Amino acid sequence: MDQAPRRIVILGVGNLLLADEGVGVRALELLARDYVFSPEVELVDGGTCGMELLEPLTGADVLIMLDVIRAGKAPGTFIALRGDAVPARLRHKLSPHQVGLSDVLATLILTGEAPRETVIFGVEPESLELSLSLTPRVAACLPALIAATLAELEHYGVQSSPQIHATAPLLASDALTAL
Amino acid sequence: MTRITIDPITRIEGHLRIDCEVDGGRVKKAWASGQMWRGVEQILIGRDPRDAWAITQRICGVCTTVHAMASVRAVENALDLEIPVNAQYIRNIIILAHAVHDHIVHFYHLSALDWVDVTSALKGDPAKTAQLAESLSTWKGNSKHEFAQVKDRLAGFVGTGQLGIFTNGYWGHPAMKLPPDVNLLAVAHYLQALEVQRKANKIVSILGSKTPHIQNVAVGGVANPIALDSQSVLTVERLMAIKGWIDELADFVKNVYLVDVAAIGAFYADWLGHGAGITNYLSVPDIPLDGKGTKFALPGGHVPAGDPAKFKAVSRFGDPFFEDNVAESVKHAWYKGGKGALHPYKGETDPQYTDFQDNGKYSWVKSPTFQGQPAQVGPLARVLAMVGAGHKPTINTLNRVLDTAGAIAKTKIPVAALHSTIGRHAARAVSCAVQVDELANQWKLLVDNIAKGDTTTFNKPVFPKGEVSGVGFHEAPRGVLSHWVVINDGKIVNYQAVVPTTWNAAPRNEKDEPGPYEASLLNNPVADPERPLEVLRTVHSFDPCLACAVHITDADGRDAIAVATDGCGTSFCA
Repeated sequence: MDQAPRRIVILGVGNLLLADEGVGVRALELLARDYVFSPEVELVDGGTCGMELLEPLTGADVLIMLDVIRAGKAPGTFIALRGDAVPARLRHKLSPHQVGLSDVLATLILTGEAPRETVIFGVEPESLELSLSLTPRVAACLPALIAATLAELEHYGVQSSPQIHATAPLLASDALTAL
Repeated sequence: MTRITIDPITRIEGHLRIDCEVDGGRVKKAWASGQMWRGVEQILIGRDPRDAWAITQRICGVCTTVHAMASVRAVENALDLEIPVNAQYIRNIIILAHAVHDHIVHFYHLSALDWVDVTSALKGDPAKTAQLAESLSTWKGNSKHEFAQVKDRLAGFVGTGQLGIFTNGYWGHPAMKLPPDVNLLAVAHYLQALEVQRKANKIVSILGSKTPHIQNVAVGGVANPIALDSQSVLTVERLMAIKGWIDELADFVKNVYLVDVAAIGAFYADWLGHGAGITNYLSVPDIPLDGKGTKFALPGGHVPAGDPAKFKAVSRFGDPFFEDNVAESVKHAWYKGGKGALHPYKGETDPQYTDFQDNGKYSWVKSPTFQGQPAQVGPLARVLAMVGAGHKPTINTLNRVLDTAGAIAKTKIPVAALHSTIGRHAARAVSCAVQVDELANQWKLLVDNIAKGDTTTFNKPVFPKGEVSGVGFHEAPRGVLSHWVVINDGKIVNYQAVVPTTWNAAPRNEKDEPGPYEASLLNNPVADPERPLEVLRTVHSFDPCLACAVHITDADGRDAIAVATDGCGTSFCA
């Protein structure tokens, strides 16, 4: 990237009612609770939304997506997708909400407002049954999701901004009782 | 006889499968099947009723706010709790802004491409397109220059080989009938609609604190403190910003959306003869004007036999005319049954999966009835009810659309033509125009009330010992949404959500009568079973909450060909 991004969106997606489906939103909740970000960073809880995300995603230079990813790995495995893997993965609909999200991103390409870079950090799920709680193996992966997100921000120079402070120790088990 | 299966690919609420038997170019039999058990109600049992709205708004994607609204209304109804009028106005503004957003996006971005051929727009003449557009409307975005720019942009986009969102359209399908200039006009408005819909989203996010997933609702009111001199709460500045966006939305809806629906409808006048289905209509009143919900800005109720003259109003929150007449059958749904149709307070959700049985159980969707009959819900039901109730803004707007379409088609189009696939689109546009005016009105009511010195937004709920029950209804974009709650000693003991798509996508009921989708597809034309665009047109006209791809399955049930469809690529429900 030639210049420092003016706007970075961290988007947590997933359905909180379907156990590990909600891991992206849970990770986002922890980021919002435990860190303070400089103004160019925006946290968006995308849930399972489609076109409603057009407004929050418009004009983002960098999109960091947190999500559940089915890649046939062991449950709780951390997965990072970058570059060409991102659109291909979105098209293959690893996760149901990406159906709507791929439309949103396609629309932003049409209007010339798509993010210059998109990265997806995710976790292989264990259970997608009806439950408000993550399974322990997936909850244990939350620190990896958070660390990857913070490292990504650092890559874009956001770490040099003094506004980021860890304000509380991160406990994966908190996500189990977050709602 | 060819069997077509339109199959789901997501497990977000609403995952719908449509099966059709086609013979001689017409649909002869149809089945609508919900493909996932939406057992969200189970998750609520034993919880605090004050938390239910936050959980229910996660049922699905776009319709997050509607479940929040229906949920707090259900609990308030159970407690007989009045809320401050400011809270009603703020909720009403959110409800209406959400509805306007939803209708614009559905028409332009999720269903217009069933009717508009994007590749044909490249052959459009910007000058002639501008001439046509200016003859229909005074919209500022209808210049020759604008259309030329859109055409260039589209050509560039197609030239890169990245059709993106347009990839899966049925371009060149024989059922596509619009001339190139009209296609160019529609594509230009598609792009302008992308800009405009954001304004509606901004209104929801300012008042709801967050979008998607509003945060400001509470059992007893809203959590928006009002203080005109404070920076952190609802201020004059924020209220004025909201008014600006409302005005922009109104301009677009009345001068673009309404006109486009009339024009496209006129070119497809043959579709006024397809897709009627169930003409027993149900809606509920909404936009309450007092704290208890006894007076409403927008009427609603029952329109039997498709006749607005037979309209009977649902008159207040908890009206027994609504509360007592809803029941759900599971005879053809994958639940244990045998007790006949049950009232939602007594509803049971005990799964019993069989395979897809054409004459037996074939859906996870229960089959709701009103007074024992299937009912169509949605904008068409809403508009017919408002016409029946003598709601002047609705009648005037509807007449304007019918007159515009009639002038283009050179024939008089009667109100009865609304019982059709195109009619559902026209009714949605009429509803949207009425709602955007009411949005401005609710804004004024809020501002006037604050100016009187009333800044109350919350009444604290008190939960009694013992059992209470309540229904919360809401006229959501896709129609009647109702949440039913039974509370004992302050905890939820039963909860049922009867969503609009449950009404419309209902399987056959206790008397084996088809639901609205199923009935609407009978005799629907299908020129080419491998590209069943016409089936999608009718299903999409209901604005179903599904994300789907089309699989053409041969008689043995094997996939013969798979065609992804556009215009249904986003998951919507309720």
